[in-house]
Amino acid sequence: MMPSASKIAVAGTIILLAALLPYGLIAIDQEYLIGLASRIVIYGLAALSLNFILGYGGMVSFGHAAYFGVGAYVVGILSFHAFEGSTLFGVPGSDSALFVWPLAILLSAFAALVLGYLSLRTSGVYFIMITLAFAQMLYFMFVSLERYGGDDGVIMYNGRNQIPGLDLSDEVTLYLVSLVVLVIFMGLFAMLVRSRFGMVLRACKQNEARMLALGCNVQRYKLTAFVIAGSVAGLAGVLNANLTEFVSPDYVHWTKSGDLMIMVVLGGMGTIPGPVIGSGVFLALEEFLPGLFELIGLAAYKEHWRIVFGPLLILVVLFARGGILGLMTKGKSDA
Amino acid sequence: MLLLLEQILNGVQLGVFLFLIAAGLTLIFGIMGVINLAHGSLFMVGAYGAAFFTQLSGSFTIGLLGALVSAGLTGIAMELAIMRRLYERDHLDQVLATFGLILFTNELVTILFGRTPLFLDVPPILNGSIEIFPGVDYPVYRLAIIGVGILVALLLYLIITRTKAGMLIRAGSTNRDMVAVLGVDIGTMFTLLFGLGAVFAGLAGAMAGPLVSVEVGMGEQQLILAFVVTVIGGIGSVRGALVGALLVGVVDTLGRAFLADLLKLFMDSASADGIGAGLSSMSIYIMMAIILILRPNGLFPVAAQRH
Amino acid sequence: MKMTIKSTLLASAVSLTMAASALAEPVKIGMITTLSTGAGYLGEDVRDGFLLAVSEEGGKLGGTEVEVLVEDDGRKPGNGKQIADKFLKKDKVEIMTGVIFSNITPVVVPLTIKAGAFYVSPNSAPSIFAGKGCMENYFVASWQNDSLHESAGVYANELGYKNAYILAPNYQAGKDSLAGFKRYFKGEIAGETYTKLGQTDYAAEIAKIRDANPEMVFHFLPGGMGINFLKQYSQAGLKDKFPLVVSTASMDERIMSAVKDAAVGVKSTAHWSVWLENDANKAFVDGFKKAYGRTPTVYASQGYDAAKLIASALKATGGKVSADQDGFRSALKKADFASVRGTFKLANNNHPMNDWLGQEVVKEADGTIVNKVVKVVAKNHKDAYADQCALK
Repeated sequence: MMPSASKIAVAGTIILLAALLPYGLIAIDQEYLIGLASRIVIYGLAALSLNFILGYGGMVSFGHAAYFGVGAYVVGILSFHAFEGSTLFGVPGSDSALFVWPLAILLSAFAALVLGYLSLRTSGVYFIMITLAFAQMLYFMFVSLERYGGDDGVIMYNGRNQIPGLDLSDEVTLYLVSLVVLVIFMGLFAMLVRSRFGMVLRACKQNEARMLALGCNVQRYKLTAFVIAGSVAGLAGVLNANLTEFVSPDYVHWTKSGDLMIMVVLGGMGTIPGPVIGSGVFLALEEFLPGLFELIGLAAYKEHWRIVFGPLLILVVLFARGGILGLMTKGKSDA
Repeated sequence: MLLLLEQILNGVQLGVFLFLIAAGLTLIFGIMGVINLAHGSLFMVGAYGAAFFTQLSGSFTIGLLGALVSAGLTGIAMELAIMRRLYERDHLDQVLATFGLILFTNELVTILFGRTPLFLDVPPILNGSIEIFPGVDYPVYRLAIIGVGILVALLLYLIITRTKAGMLIRAGSTNRDMVAVLGVDIGTMFTLLFGLGAVFAGLAGAMAGPLVSVEVGMGEQQLILAFVVTVIGGIGSVRGALVGALLVGVVDTLGRAFLADLLKLFMDSASADGIGAGLSSMSIYIMMAIILILRPNGLFPVAAQRH
Repeated sequence: MKMTIKSTLLASAVSLTMAASALAEPVKIGMITTLSTGAGYLGEDVRDGFLLAVSEEGGKLGGTEVEVLVEDDGRKPGNGKQIADKFLKKDKVEIMTGVIFSNITPVVVPLTIKAGAFYVSPNSAPSIFAGKGCMENYFVASWQNDSLHESAGVYANELGYKNAYILAPNYQAGKDSLAGFKRYFKGEIAGETYTKLGQTDYAAEIAKIRDANPEMVFHFLPGGMGINFLKQYSQAGLKDKFPLVVSTASMDERIMSAVKDAAVGVKSTAHWSVWLENDANKAFVDGFKKAYGRTPTVYASQGYDAAKLIASALKATGGKVSADQDGFRSALKKADFASVRGTFKLANNNHPMNDWLGQEVVKEADGTIVNKVVKVVAKNHKDAYADQCALK
């Protein structure tokens, strides 16, 4: 099932437009929106990773922000030690992306391996709740890390990580780096779900008992997928820590896990572009809904924008099962 | 020694309070197979109802009634508008739709009542305290919560095991079509059942009102704990919810009461305070993880679950 | 009703500035504050106090047209950063203000200063910017965080207490509060407990307090946590046995209205009270009641004072901010305005040296519950970090 040439052309055009976006924003003097674009890309990456286990593997993880947070905290903590000139377990602090990023991914993967192994002993509602419980555990752990600001979190006084030859402190550069990472992983996940591994994973989602009967080690497939998703979420956390130059337990809050789930479903679960679209729509709504309230003369209510967002979410869940992508493609196939 | 006894009692009391919240959750969860994150919102509606009607009438009894009615009606409205479309959906859809409900309810209550927490006091008849151990006065109201919790447990148990409605409910949850064929209007029954679950949430909210700040977001703080309780106990099991609630209450309370002091035996007092507080806030989640790893379907698994 | 009054006021402030902008560019002031979440009332009060000062002058501060942009940070540092970026880059704001919480200040302030703008805090002032990290363009119109709790320690001494049980949530501000209290309290510490952030049940802590049998209790439990604790503490019958001495954050108007009788007898310290008898305060309290239909809180007074401080500097420079940084800065330092707290002087680190008032909640004959000023417990209180600041 190779993607058709026209699909590749569409994808290429979209990627090109996305890459040109910051220059367009600068041209129309809306430079501050580059930060929003970066967030959309980064949360898109996190949602993409969640979608891999949620949409393809049928594992409803309500604690995916945990790995996002682990990745971010590795960046924050090492930056803290680099600023202070101290060491952690003999490891010196660092601002070098080439050292910090792989380490962060590795530790997120490790966290996903341990927590995933334990969580996957359960299923159904119990799985949802145990993943939530583990994320809560991490949340309270980060809150009690007094050295790293506890509830206040870590501010990266040294600024963003360093990559030789790139200046991440430049907003456009950071955006483009994040975009490249996102595109690479969209490609990788697209290949992965079409591979034998992806086939088995999807088959497990549809009928686990049959796969077991076929002699397939379902648990191992699921755990592998869980670890892959966890490490990619960790990478997204790394990028987000660099974007905000700040890390706090808020990264792991249960509503953050909820937000990621919303993005996946909003955009279109079980598709590659869906989570990214979802991230875009979600964050754009969050950014512009208050302004919209102001525009229609409800300025006094603008901090109550969630009163619209909540029902919107319910409507999508109830009536647009394929998410936004589903609505778009449905329109096309009808035509 | 007396302090330990008192703290255990505190733990039991917190446990019973958590059971009050979890009771409605486990009812809806167990029988209808729906995860309802908005249960915390119904809890909040109960507390606001109690505060509002008590202030209006000057009587806690009327306030309590108002709380039950407003939570029940809100629950029925939720069921008719949204929940009934979710029974056949997977858990993910249920989680997301009810998450949307939380966002909506919280903003609506903020717009209606503002951000200042509402006032709700202990009813005069339950004010004051009695000496349970020498030198230890225990608030009557906290004892009353224990009493209400036991009543609710009995009531739930009777409804599910002894009444015809309960039998139909149990039959309906395992085989909806069969019961429907028998001429029972499952739709209406589920609406009423959801309303009953909401009434339980409202009762918990009204009982909590005099003890805690009646404010927006008060439900979410309890919601996750209530989920921990139901999951530990085994989803849908009333007995399990009770045992789970007591476990969570006692572990959480004893952790807060003694962990820091215990750690001081091994380390300096400043780090013991910090680590103790950190560990005790994680304690119930650690306990839940351990229990689920050992018994993946909770302490009292309920057989024949849909999904 | 509340909403309509506020929105018309907001609308008039906005339309006035818009009308004026046709003539001359107004000075843009960016306010990043917390309007949603349970703590939203803090930002609401700061904003309303600030905007009251602006509307008193018909859309001006110190005779200069101003445009106040208000955004909600949702109590999240990440949001604070985004808004600050937008204000500084897109709107070219020259003065920033508004942050409520000490975990957002360290994100917003460095960005503001780096962009060459001024920051005037109406609330949070963490220690990192008070000592070695003080900055010439960073001003505080409220207090240094620790002073809130230091003054409670002083009050406890004056009340003659010899030992105290202290508790606070297990996070940075909580730890700072206990350290601040202990810095000035001369008695012994009967016990120290850290609670969970957002905790609702305090039975275990209350039992520990009873067991420790202290002379008094100090706690730092702002907002909902304070309400939870007070209700349960009073029901356990401990309020009169072990009196509470707290800082204003744990005993504000909203907490009082939510617990009513359970607050009676609680002693607290604050740098401002609705009962202060000076002309500026009377005008402020009356004006606030008229505009919003409610009694101003200490946060509203801080927002108002922050606006007045800015107004005094704008007046001195004739509305120049970036164009006359030195002039604007030295005018801010002079703080030549009639503060609602009576006097207002800045220390070398640009943090005010407040007079701290000892208060007690009493029930009046007609049943209303008010927080009465008992005495001044500390005059011209300079914070503990000012000496480490290199500024003059």
